Amino acid sequence: MNLRELLAKASPLRSGDQLAGLAAETAEQRVRAQMQLAEVPLQRFLNEPVIPYESDEVTRLIVDTHDAASFAPIAHLTVGGLRDWLLSEAADGQTLAALSPGLTPEMVAAVSKIMRLQDLVSVAARRRVVTRFRTTIGLPGRLATRLQPNHPTDDPRGIAASVLDGLSYGNGDAVIGINPATDNVTVVHNLLRLLDDMRQAYAIPTQNCVLAHVTTQLQALQRGAPIDLVFQSIAGTEAANTSFGVNLALLDEAWQAARELRRGENVMYFETGQGSALSANAHHGVDQLTCEARAYAVARRYEPLLVNTVVGFIGPEYLYDGKQILRAGLEDHFCGKLLGLPMGCDICYTNHAEADQDDMDALLTMLGVAGVNYIMGVPGADDIMLHYQSTSFHDALYLRSTLGLKPAPEFEAWLDSQPALSPNQWLLT
Amino acid sequence: MAIDLRAFTNARVALGRAGHSLPTAELLRFQLDHARARDAVHHSLDPRHLPPHVLLHSAAPDRATYLRRPDLGRRLSADSAALLAPGDYDAALVVADGLSALAVERHAPPLLDALLPRLEGWRLPQLHVVLQGRVAVGDEIGQRLGAALVVLLIGERPGLTSPDSLGLYLTWAPRPGRTDAERNCISNVRPEGLDYALAAHKLHFLMQEARARRLSGVALKEDALLL
Repeated sequence: MNLRELLAKASPLRSGDQLAGLAAETAEQRVRAQMQLAEVPLQRFLNEPVIPYESDEVTRLIVDTHDAASFAPIAHLTVGGLRDWLLSEAADGQTLAALSPGLTPEMVAAVSKIMRLQDLVSVAARRRVVTRFRTTIGLPGRLATRLQPNHPTDDPRGIAASVLDGLSYGNGDAVIGINPATDNVTVVHNLLRLLDDMRQAYAIPTQNCVLAHVTTQLQALQRGAPIDLVFQSIAGTEAANTSFGVNLALLDEAWQAARELRRGENVMYFETGQGSALSANAHHGVDQLTCEARAYAVARRYEPLLVNTVVGFIGPEYLYDGKQILRAGLEDHFCGKLLGLPMGCDICYTNHAEADQDDMDALLTMLGVAGVNYIMGVPGADDIMLHYQSTSFHDALYLRSTLGLKPAPEFEAWLDSQPALSPNQWLLT
Repeated sequence: MAIDLRAFTNARVALGRAGHSLPTAELLRFQLDHARARDAVHHSLDPRHLPPHVLLHSAAPDRATYLRRPDLGRRLSADSAALLAPGDYDAALVVADGLSALAVERHAPPLLDALLPRLEGWRLPQLHVVLQGRVAVGDEIGQRLGAALVVLLIGERPGLTSPDSLGLYLTWAPRPGRTDAERNCISNVRPEGLDYALAAHKLHFLMQEARARRLSGVALKEDALLL
């Protein structure tokens, strides 16, 4: 069995790999594959790309940027040996940070397949990834949120109402980010102006984003729109990225344009999610967890402020139920953190998935313990534009209060300076 | 500063709080909306609610398979495929349960009542109804019937506040393998969204345009926006 097939057979059960015809056919076959995978030397991952170097620019990115010196301390290990080492006292935060450039997506995906949820939590919790724009995100003891004030017709007053509501619950320190209903440069420009006006009027230390296609944002930027972060959905194969209308050259261009504005240090925002490559029929026989980890190789090229996996959005044909969503969310967070990314998670589900708020509470709590950088804040967890359920403003408060976490320091100071917004008083409710 | 944010959006703003959590009434309101959406997904279409038709079944035998295997919902079962014979039709009308049979039961009959009078002179086969169907199943049906275009009425994925939205999809020269970019869609057909008369008007316009220009999809959409 080649590495690509072995990785797929060893993947914990999920509907997307079954749909692709890649999954193990029995429970025993899956565990046998995991046993076999545990014996694979990490070196083999460097010699056997799962998608050929010649035909995929994501593979070329992974191979060409691999840092042999960082890899050296673990070069003698197998996948199973890597798991044992990651769980050992030797693997502290500093050591893990130094290791990141030596890890490939396929290695972290492989080791995650033989880890239990508590392993994924325990290792990720040690790996803090800190990024900065107007706020500092990812510090120990902190939990940020993306305030997501979507509206089905992009109505400015409707959006502003959701922003104010979220701010009153201490949400919005990672970003205030709108998914526009219409991907149109005028709409994007107007929404960016609205958010920037609000930010300046209330002197809010945060950053704004309108999550249109990257080309639309670049057009708005050229028109002088107040762009903080440039957003794009990305995937782990060149062909899947093509289906999103992007490639590395375009992302390079966007990164450069955003940095030239000199508004902040980390300027990119990416979203990913297991199943997107299969959904675009662009998975090349690679399982969805490995494809997802490869998307993180694309993200880390751009030193992003924020990366989040939109874990349950894609639907039950990829992640069938709460159990599969729970595991996928923790895998994605683990893989992204090990590769050095500032991972957040859109803890979410659709109404045709076998999942509900209880499942989201479980993932939310476990990600909080794992040190997730940020989660979403959607009014009442109900996104009235995208028609799915995410986490609410209240959910962030639950996690912060239960785990003793605080907002990003700059945002916390701002909240403290607003008597009407202090934790015990509420602006509008 | 007492502004009622609810005046500006249907989003769940200004919910109040019990400690850091939702007040009981808001918690239960959410649970009820989710329960209705879940019931809509799992509700089986009762074809007796629909006008006289030929009943077909997709290759997905049940809802559990349907949810896991979108590919099976996009094609007909062998028995159903055998029922279809080619004719000389301008358009075929197909109804599929999709992800909300509730939407189909409630809104497909009145939408058809509003549409059919506008189609005088069109050569149409009998109405076809598909159980466990997805949008692309219309491509196979249209092709097997030899229809120049296919119009599919289907229950959309239920939202928390809209468990019964009907979607309308139009595809010129239907055949398996057509992509979404080659279709036109009219979404959110229900009394609280796009009403039957306006939806029928828009659909009829698109059908005429598709027939005149012999295409559907992105190229057709631009002009239809001028409506």
